[in-house]
Amino acid sequence: MARSNRSIPEINAGSMADIAFLLLIFFLVTTTMDVDTGISRKLPVLDEEQEIEDMQGNDRNIYEVYVNNKDALLVEEEEMNIDNLREGAKKFLNNNGRDPKLSDNPEKAIISLQNSRGTSYEMYISVQNELTAAYNELRDEAALKKYNSNYSVLPKDKKKEIRKMYPMKISEAEPFKQ
Amino acid sequence: MSKFKKNTNKKLAPISTASLPDIVFMLLFFFMVTTVMRETEMLVENILPQATEVKKLERKSLVSYIYIGAPKGKNRKGKYGTEAKLQLNDSYAKVADIQSFVIAERETRAEEEVPLLTTSIKADVNVKMGIVSDIKQELRKAQAYKINYSTRKDEK
Repeated sequence: MARSNRSIPEINAGSMADIAFLLLIFFLVTTTMDVDTGISRKLPVLDEEQEIEDMQGNDRNIYEVYVNNKDALLVEEEEMNIDNLREGAKKFLNNNGRDPKLSDNPEKAIISLQNSRGTSYEMYISVQNELTAAYNELRDEAALKKYNSNYSVLPKDKKKEIRKMYPMKISEAEPFKQ
Repeated sequence: MSKFKKNTNKKLAPISTASLPDIVFMLLFFFMVTTVMRETEMLVENILPQATEVKKLERKSLVSYIYIGAPKGKNRKGKYGTEAKLQLNDSYAKVADIQSFVIAERETRAEEEVPLLTTSIKADVNVKMGIVSDIKQELRKAQAYKINYSTRKDEK
């Protein structure tokens, strides 16, 4: 019966920190903090493929962007530097019928993007990026004018309204075989 | 005078390290929670292009990845050539395999989540658009319309 009086010896917790450090270092090394970011697009449904010309019947509402296999840019049958694409697209979209060569209004405007099979992915992404930027800037401007705040901080229904004013219509044609 | 001299003989009390494990554990839990282990081994070169107008991909569990790039490393280049190749999960694949890949991805998700599935295209900067267009065409056939061109954010 003498045994029951003995107290249980305390476990030494001195090495607890070491063990925790070991685990900590393991997770520190394996952690990847990167968040996936990218440009989102929606592909068109297969059997909806139609000629854009048929849909609109009007040449002025289509902004043709073509990238060839040497990564050169042809916009509305004229050569253009990628740095000017954003401004060009904005001008086209926000024309509202002023210039007879450019769009009637942003809702009707379509950007037609075509590339060749030899176009580099890097160039393609920068073109997509510039076009997206044009839309984003226009939406931001509209949001500022209407609600006095940036597009990204607006509530959902107001965002939808702005999006309706500037719907993103980027149509991609089959690439040229080169 | 004596008021100030009192303390001089006393030893400096050691800093208690009893709370050290707690601090370390706190850090440990933080990293444990934020860690995402890399599931796939990269078989292709993958330097993503840069863009400014990027959106965050939310809900990583609903994203399937397609990697495109030249085979990585000298050995693989000798074996498979330097042409851009496609990687699905842990192995090289052909463009024609995409449809079955998408179907397989769908089957692992709950039914109500299927329309939210996004395909993230992670293509190397040196890839030509030919293969990317082929992949987009296959994705349309598989009715996976939501895509995302993965990019790095441009530092400005």
